[in-house]
This record gives sequence, structure tokens and C-alpha cells, in this order.
Amino acid sequence: MTRIFKRGYLALILLFLYVPIIVLIIQSFNAGVSRARWAGFSLKWYVDLFKSPAIMNALYITVTIALLSAVIATIIGTAAAIGIHAMQKRPQAFMMTLTNIPMTMPDIVTGISLMLLFIFTQVKRGYITMLAAHITFNIPYVILSVMPKLKQMNKFSYEAALDLGATPGYALRKVILPFVMPGVITGALLSFTLSLDDFTISYFTTSPLVQNLSTLIYSEARKGIKPTMNALSALMFVALLILLLAVNRRVSKTQEV
Amino acid sequence: MSNMRFPPWAIWAMLAGLAGFAAMIAASVRHNRGVRRSLFAYPYGLWMVVFTIIPLLLIGYYAFTNKAGQFTLDNFKTFWDSNYEMNKQLIELGMDPQTLGSARGTVNVDTLVYSLWMAFLCTAICLFVGYPAALFMADREFKLGSTLVILFIIPMWMNFLLRTIAWMSLLEDNGLINTILSAIGLPRMQLMYNSQAVLLGMVYNYLPFMVFPIYNALAKQDGKLSEAAMDLGASPMLTFWRVTMPLSLPGVISGITMVFMPSVTTFFIPRVLGGGNTEMFGDLIERTFLSADNWNVGSALSLIMMILILMSLTLLRKVDPEGEGGSTI
Repeated sequence: MTRIFKRGYLALILLFLYVPIIVLIIQSFNAGVSRARWAGFSLKWYVDLFKSPAIMNALYITVTIALLSAVIATIIGTAAAIGIHAMQKRPQAFMMTLTNIPMTMPDIVTGISLMLLFIFTQVKRGYITMLAAHITFNIPYVILSVMPKLKQMNKFSYEAALDLGATPGYALRKVILPFVMPGVITGALLSFTLSLDDFTISYFTTSPLVQNLSTLIYSEARKGIKPTMNALSALMFVALLILLLAVNRRVSKTQEV
Repeated sequence: MSNMRFPPWAIWAMLAGLAGFAAMIAASVRHNRGVRRSLFAYPYGLWMVVFTIIPLLLIGYYAFTNKAGQFTLDNFKTFWDSNYEMNKQLIELGMDPQTLGSARGTVNVDTLVYSLWMAFLCTAICLFVGYPAALFMADREFKLGSTLVILFIIPMWMNFLLRTIAWMSLLEDNGLINTILSAIGLPRMQLMYNSQAVLLGMVYNYLPFMVFPIYNALAKQDGKLSEAAMDLGASPMLTFWRVTMPLSLPGVISGITMVFMPSVTTFFIPRVLGGGNTEMFGDLIERTFLSADNWNVGSALSLIMMILILMSLTLLRKVDPEGEGGSTI
């Protein structure tokens, strides 16, 4: 009895989370424009999607910014984590406080403060400014994913490598980096998804000429979202789902070995 | 991409900087002629100064100056009384604001109070709905806990704007819910354009952030503790209240933080699902900056927002000094 209740409760919550998404996917196959009426099955929004330069352009910008910002933030962040870890106690505490500042800042304040910076320094807002903003909010997440791994590491294994004649660089490459790699990958994946989904910070740091999917959706929301957008998000959803399943399989395979 | 407007040199400068940094790391990794590892954190420090510290200082600068760049506290007075500037001008013109009848404008304070109230309601609902969910997921008889975590994450991949807009097609006058209601003979309801709809949208977006940390705290608990309590004669209810629940508090605290903070500054959701009088503080800040083009008052509002968030964080840290349970997603 309690078991049925528990499962039913979880099922209800999942239903709550999935209903809007299912509705959205169904709408992407609706032949009519109206959200409310079902006018028959059609793939025409998927065809329109690939013909729409605005959406394709926004998709290109979203994906390239997500990739670039994830890669750059991962490099800077991993190096920073290794550096901070090697610091004395006091500068280390200072750097960690610095890392926590952007995490506690509301997105809207981050976005607006960056907008002020770009206007103040007369940098034209566009692709580069949006990329810089995304790198900025991604780096702390990379540091916070790599840091616990560094702390878990036995600090003597690095020293042992040095004692056995490894140069510090070789020891870094062969001892530290392999050990923290899971944290680095987590940080990179986290950065990629955060960047992909960001709206607020992008909104303030780009111009109307350079739009990612979120800002494009926002500007369309007032006129009414076109069903092509539903088609795109259904496709992206499925793509991410396949990616996750692939990653999961890889992980469970390596765990079995 | 023809319509990307940025000077090409900007890319090259950035790539050159990054390549230089990468070369520095590579060189130090390969040869390592006495390069201290703490140097690795310097590019990050520089980045943070340029893109976090200076922007924050700019907000502080605009908040405490007027349009002419002189020091003033007027922006904070405008927060308290949105008619402050107007009344000031009236007084300068020799008129009496009392008789001309622009009393204290409370719109800014009201919006803040409304936002805090909505964020509180959202956090409370997420807690009361999310805690049982996390508890059932962490149940050791329930084997699908980790699968369910993934099922909770997947919806978050759908663009949050689109997810919010998707609720529109459910709640609209001709939407799915009303269609079902009228099909089974019940009267249609006005579901959109009110505070409840905004609250629904907020709970929908933030619920997973409450469930994860609580689930983590519960899942890593040693099951022997509750078994011991039961063996010693405690009822399941008492075991929950005296053992399981107190041990999950760090997760609860971090869940509250992760839901409350973004929900105070909720942006966009009120615009889509709410009506005319459901503006929240995030929208107010945006409107002050972009529509009203008043950076000074906008910065003051942002500063007030940040101070409030820092205060609530310190308060929550007091309850959970170790900051545990925050290691989610």
C-alpha cells in the first residue's frame, strides 16, 4: 500500500515535469499554427526549420558559444584549480572567495554588470562579448568540479613522483592531470549545458543582431512562438537524450572492466 | 555568419592570448624550469578582475552617482519612493508636492515585497513537494533512485523559455486543461495571467534544485542509523523525525538556497504567465535599465538585491556552517 503510494507520488511529479515537454513535442507535429487545435500530423515545421536562416544562425551561435566557452573555461578553470590548490592557505581562501562571488550573484546582476562593463569600455556587444560572458560564468563551475578531486588526491603521490626523478611538469601530466580528469570532464559538460541553456546573461551581453536560441525565443515570445521553434527544441531534446544514453553506456562499460 | 558584428582582430587577440597561455602551461609542463604551480591561477585571477570585480564596481559606481556623475543617495531614495525625483523637481520649481498630490510611490518596495513573498511561497511548495519525492527516491527498497535523478534532469535540457511557454498552451483559455474541463462538463477556468500561474511556472522550473540536494543528503546516509533506532524501539515516525530528518538538514538548506535565490530574481516567467500586476524584482531591474534607461536607479536596485541575497546566504550558512550537501549537479 505505502509502496504504491510512494511510486504513485513519484509518477505524479514526473508527470508534472514532463507534461509541458510532451505537449511541446506534440505541437511540433501539428499541421496548424494554433496551439490549441490539432489540425493533423505534419512534418512541415521540421522542413521550415532548416529553411529558416534566423533559427539556423541562432543555432550556430548557441552551439559554437557553448563549445568554445566550455573549452576555454575548462582550460582556464583547471589551471586555476591546480594553481589555487598549490597556494598557501591565505591566498587560497581569497581565491575561493573570489570564485564564490559569481556563484552567489543573481544572473540578472551578472548580466547587467557585464553590460555596463561593455558599454563603459565601448566594446560593441555581440558574439565576442557573449562568449566572454559565458566563459565568465562557466569558470567557477569548472573550478568547483576540479577542486574536490585535487583535495581527494594523496599529496604525497606528486612528491613521490618528484623523488623518483620526474620533473614537476612530467609529474603534473602523469600524476595530477589523470587523477583530476573526471572532475575536468564534469566541469566541461556542466559548462556546455549551462551555456546552452543560458538566457538572462546572454540577453544583456549581446546585440539584437547576434542572437542565440534563447534570446531569439525571447524576442519571438511577444509575437507568439512559431511552431518551428517547437520542432527545433524537440530535435535538440532528442539529440541530448541520445548523447546522455551514449555517455551512460560508455560509463557503465568502463565500470564493468 | 554574415550578421555577426565584431572586429576580426578581437578574435585573433583573444585566440593569441589563449594560445600564449596554453603555450605557457605547455612549456612549464614540459620543461618546468622552476615555474611555481600557483602561477596557473593568474590568468583566472586576471579574468575575474576584468569580468567580475570591475563590473561589480561599476554597479556600485552608478548606484551612488547621479546622471552627472556626482555622489548622491537619491537612487536609494527613489527605491523607497518612486516619485522622489519628481517631487524633488517640484520643490526646486517652488511648488509644494503635498498639495500637488504625488505621494510616496511605493511601486519599487511593493515589487520587492511581492518578489520575496513569491520566492518564499515557491521555496515552501518546492520543499513540501520535493522532500517526500527525495525521501521516496532514496528509499533503499526503491532501486530506481539514480535513474529518477536523470529523469529529473532531462526536462531541464529543454530551453527554459520554451518550457515556460509550453505551460501557456496548457493553461490558456482554449488550452488543454480547459478543453478537458469542458469536455467532462465542468466550467472553464481563468488559469493564466495571475500570481498562481507565475508560481506554478516557478515551482516547475526550480523543483529539481530542491530534490537533488535533499536526495543526495538522504542517499549517503548510513542506513544502519535508522535501523539502530528501530531496533531500540522507535516507531518509523519517530525514527524519521529524530534520525533521518535531522541528518538530511544540510541538503534541505542547500535546496532552499538553490531555489530561493534564483526565484527572487525570477525574470521572464511573470511576463509570460503573469498578468499586469505580477511584475517581479528581476523584471523591475531590467525595465529600469533598458526601458526607462535609468542606470543609476537600476544599479541601486541591483545592489539592494545583492545585499538581500548575501544576507539570506549568511543566515543559511549559520544554520549549516559546513555548507554540506551543496555538492549537487
